[in-house]
This record gives sequence, structure tokens and C-alpha cells, in this order.
Amino acid sequence: MSPEIDTRPQVETQTLEVNLGPQHPSTHGVFRMVATLDGETVIRLKPVMGYMHRNHEKIAEGLTYIGCFPYTDRLDYFCAMTNNLALAVAIERLAGIQVSERGEYIRVIMAELTRLVNHTAVTGFLLNDMGAFGTPLLYAFREREKILDLFEAASGSRMMCNYVRPGGVREDLPAGWVERAWEIVRAYPKFLDEFETLLTKNDIILQRTQQVGKLPQPLAVSAGITGPMLRASGVNYDIRKVDGYSVYPRVQFKVPLGTVGDVYDRYLIRILEMRESLKILEQALQALPTTSPSISPKGAAMGKAPRTFRPPKGHAYGRIEAPKGELGFFLVSDGSPQPYRYRIRPPSFINLTVLEDMCLGQKVADVIVILGSIDIVLCEVDR
Amino acid sequence: MARRLVGFHVLRGMGVTLKTFCETYPWGRAVLRVLRIPSTNGLVTIEYPEVKQQHSERFRYFPFLVYDGTPDDLRCVACKICEQECPPQCIHIVMEKDAQGRPVKVHGRTLPAQFDIDMSICMSCRICVDVCPFDAIEMDNAYELSASDRFEHMLFDKQRLLKSNEYFQQIKPTEASEVDQRLAAKQKKTAAPAQAQPASAAPSSPPAAPPGAGPAAPPTGRTPGPQPTGPPRAPQSPPPGA
Ligand code: SF4
Ligand code: SF4
Repeated sequence: MSPEIDTRPQVETQTLEVNLGPQHPSTHGVFRMVATLDGETVIRLKPVMGYMHRNHEKIAEGLTYIGCFPYTDRLDYFCAMTNNLALAVAIERLAGIQVSERGEYIRVIMAELTRLVNHTAVTGFLLNDMGAFGTPLLYAFREREKILDLFEAASGSRMMCNYVRPGGVREDLPAGWVERAWEIVRAYPKFLDEFETLLTKNDIILQRTQQVGKLPQPLAVSAGITGPMLRASGVNYDIRKVDGYSVYPRVQFKVPLGTVGDVYDRYLIRILEMRESLKILEQALQALPTTSPSISPKGAAMGKAPRTFRPPKGHAYGRIEAPKGELGFFLVSDGSPQPYRYRIRPPSFINLTVLEDMCLGQKVADVIVILGSIDIVLCEVDR
Repeated sequence: MARRLVGFHVLRGMGVTLKTFCETYPWGRAVLRVLRIPSTNGLVTIEYPEVKQQHSERFRYFPFLVYDGTPDDLRCVACKICEQECPPQCIHIVMEKDAQGRPVKVHGRTLPAQFDIDMSICMSCRICVDVCPFDAIEMDNAYELSASDRFEHMLFDKQRLLKSNEYFQQIKPTEASEVDQRLAAKQKKTAAPAQAQPASAAPSSPPAAPPGAGPAAPPTGRTPGPQPTGPPRAPQSPPPGA
């Protein structure tokens, strides 16, 4: 090179602080990331949350146990059914309520349909974040729509279901519901095949996602990550298997595991989990008992007169494998009709804690993709 | 890592989008049929204001008060259970009392003088329906309730909440007939010992529709204007203090 350039002083570089959000289309709600950039590389990233705080846990202390259910719908609005289920499981533990057989099956069917809804939608959103604007998301939403119609037929609402109750579900399935569910379960693999043709081996997706946002196994475990994110890092931990709650021990399914723990693995795990969910659904729909009522007597009485339900003094933690990870409710009862303490363990929030670790050293454009792959819903993060 | 044909899978993916595009149109489906490509009907956009989606029977949006026969015969007895249990506390009930402060009773039942639900707070949870021991409140499926004034239009008073049992039958036949059966059974039980009392309109066989009362109001209860003209039982009672 020419000697003049060598003699010039070094170019001064500065780091740049960029605010992503809170009103940013790819932060999935009101979430802010303060990223410090060196060129295009992220050297620090601070998540700022709390914009969606609704004081749910405190409000719940003034409600009856049944009164808390509609609020759980609004935690992770994609997965109202599993949110209801988690609270129901916690209340059942607290009060020792027996769940009816049919109720168990209906809940599992609803939970797995919710998993389909969530994973389909989040895959669509991930692609949206990657710049595949619209197409995969709308395909995902098209399928989601059909399942939401099923939810509406059973519970009366597409998203704010408020359906699961301690002891079973609020009301039995309407006539013809099971047939409609079968239709969807039979048609879904075809959609997944098509979706995978569109995405799984697409060169652009491979380049955008492979080796991006890696989450090493030890970090995932020590940070308490759960759900598809943990399994993408290769840890075999699925609460459906570990706790064996509800009728999950009676159905056959595998737990897909990733190897690398990058964004691509997380995408693929979700697709594979949907296929396993379909297997569970098939078995559960087959085994759905037609005789026993969907609500156990104690649960039904509780739905009719919430104030008469006074669980014994004590505390209980009920958890389930929600689509996003371990969703748990910790309840403390003082013997009154209202929970003395009501605390949620939200999977979105805890999975979000490793965001910075995954983003360091990555390009700023990847931050969006990594955030999308965590699968958060801000209403659940902030509660 | 095996070398791959770059772009091949992108093209395959585009095949999927092309197929989906074809599925959305009748001519496209014809093309797919000719080419013997298995296809389904695409999901077509519902052009909302003109075309409305068919909701399932259980679809719930906002509660209403059921009456049998005439709007006087509302089932609600102002027991205030729903007011107490409504999670966001959007129901406000005042029991009808006479000058001495004793509850007024018609057919042996107390009545609400005031029954308000704030629609802007209601979260459509259906808990009020579940807890009501008299099946007096049910969920409506009319959803076009947006209004420009929060206090004028979104605070539903008793007159606007009242809907006939026929309307309930019409929107939710299964649930309504279940409720009717339950009420009839209950009535039989209570009527058996007290024969003398004239039964007040068996719920399943409503008398001739009250003229002008408009029992089957259009589902979109948007207009707060002309109200069903019931006897003026404290319709303009001053709003409670505070
Ligand atoms: S609607 Fe039902 S619960 Fe509410 S006050 Fe009337 S009778 Fe009681
Ligand atoms: S639907 Fe829920 S929020 Fe609305 S009035 Fe009834 S109990 Fe209250």
C-alpha cells in the first residue's frame, strides 16, 4: 500500500448503542433490547421488560381460585388451554382433587392442540423475523385458524378459552367435536410436510440459522431453560415424561432432541414436536372414554360456587410442559377461598434470561432471529 | 459436508407457494386437478363487514339477562352472586327496595332495580353464567358492540341487558333447552308443595309475544335508543352516588 496511509493515525471506532423496541415489530410485543454494537457485532445486550406488567399475581390474591382462570388465558395468549391446565394442576395438588378420566383425556387433547398452535405460529413468526415476510406466517396461521375454531366450539372462545377446571374441564365437548378434531389430526401431517418442503432445507434459512445463537448445554441447564429450547441443546428433559402427569404415561411419544443448540435446531425441534403431538392426539382421541363425566363432583361444585372452595392450609406447586417450557403455578393457601400467595413460573421469562449469552458476538440482524427462536410472549414475561 | 445444489430447495419451496396460490382459486384447483396434484381447498378470506363468519354455538361475548314472557319476568333475583364473583368486578346490582328499605317481591322473588355491566371491563369469561344459581344470566354472541362513548354506550343498564328466552333459544338452542329443562324440573319440585300459586309462565311455553316488546332484538344491540317498554319500574332511578 501507499506509504501515506500507513502514516495516518488509526481510525477511531466507537461502540454504538441501539435501542431495539419497545415498539419494534420483531420484539413480539413491547420488549426493549439495548444492544451495544461494535460495527455490526453485538458486544453487549440488555433486555428491558416490564412494559406489559399487569399485576396478575397480586390481583389473583384477591380473587377466588376459579376467578384466576380467565386471567391465566391472558398470560401466553397463544396457549390459553395449557395455562388453564397448569393452574388446574396446581389447584388439584393443593386440594387433592381427583380428575375424571374423560377430563384427563380432553385436557391432553387440548394441550397438544395448543402445542400445535403455538409451534406452528412461532415457526411462522421466526420466518417473519428472518425476512420471509408473510408467506410462512400466513400458512401457519391458516392451520392455526382451524384449531382455534375447535377451541371455540368447545370453550366458546378462540383464544381466551377459560376452559380447563380443577377436576376436568368446564363443560363437555359438544357433539361432533371429536370428528372435527380427527379431521384436523389427519390433515395436519400433510401440512407439516408442505411446511417442511418450504423451509427445512431452504438454503437461505440454513444460512441464517445454522450456528447462530448457540446455547451450550451446561449454560442451558444452569440457567433453568426449559421446553424446546433446552431440548434443542440436547438435554432430554420433558416434564410430560419426567412428571408423567395426566395420561401422558399411557401414550407413546418420543422427545426430539437437538445436537447443536442453534436457531435451526430450535426450529427443527418444534417441527418434530408437532409430529409427536399428532401421535399423542391420535392415541388420545382413540382412547377418549365416552362414559365418565368430564368434571369430577368436587370440581363441578367448585365451578358453581367458587367461594365455598377452601383448600386446606398449605402450599403446592403444579407444573406442566407448556409449549414454551415449564409452566408452573405456586399456590399458598391459608384456608380462605382466595390464594394467599400466587406465583407463576413463566417459561418465556426464564428462557429470555440467556438472550445476551446467545447474542454476544453475533451480528445485529441475528439478534432478531435469536429472539424469535426463544419463543416469548411478553404478556407472560411481564405478567 | 456434502455439496448441495444451491437453490434447489428454494425452488421446491416456491413450488409449495405456487400450489397454495392455485388452491385459493377455482381455476387454480382445476389446473391442479388436471395435473393430478393432490390438493385441498385453500382458506379463503372472509370479507368481513359484508360476510360474517359462522360462529359455533358456544361462542360467547357479552352477558345478557334472560326473561321469560315479558321483560318484567326476568329471572334475576338480585342475589349479587355474579357481582361478587365477576373477576374484573364489572357488574353492579342494586336490589329493588320499597320506601321502608325492604326488598320488593313479585311472585315471591326479589328484583334488581339496577343491573349494570360495564362492557369495557368485561373480559367475556363466562364466570357470571357459571355461578348464577337461577340461570338468569347468559352469554350473548353479538360482538359488534363498539361504540364511541365509553360511559354512554358501553355501560349496559338493565334495559339493554334484557333479552328474551326466545332469543336465547335462537342463538344457543342446545344450551337454552338444557337450561329450560333444568328450570322446569326445579319448578315442578317447588310447585308440588305449593299448588295454589299460579305458575308464572312455564319457561318452555312462552305466552304470546308481548306486542312491541321486541323479544328477539337484533343481535347487534348497538342502538341504545328505543327500549322495550316495560312498566316503568324505576327506570330512571338516579344513579347511585359515587
Ligand atoms: S344474574 Fe344470577 S347471580 Fe347475578 S344477581 Fe341475578 S340471579 Fe344472582
Ligand atoms: S363475563 Fe366475566 S367479566 Fe364479563 S360480566 Fe361475566 S363474570 Fe364479569
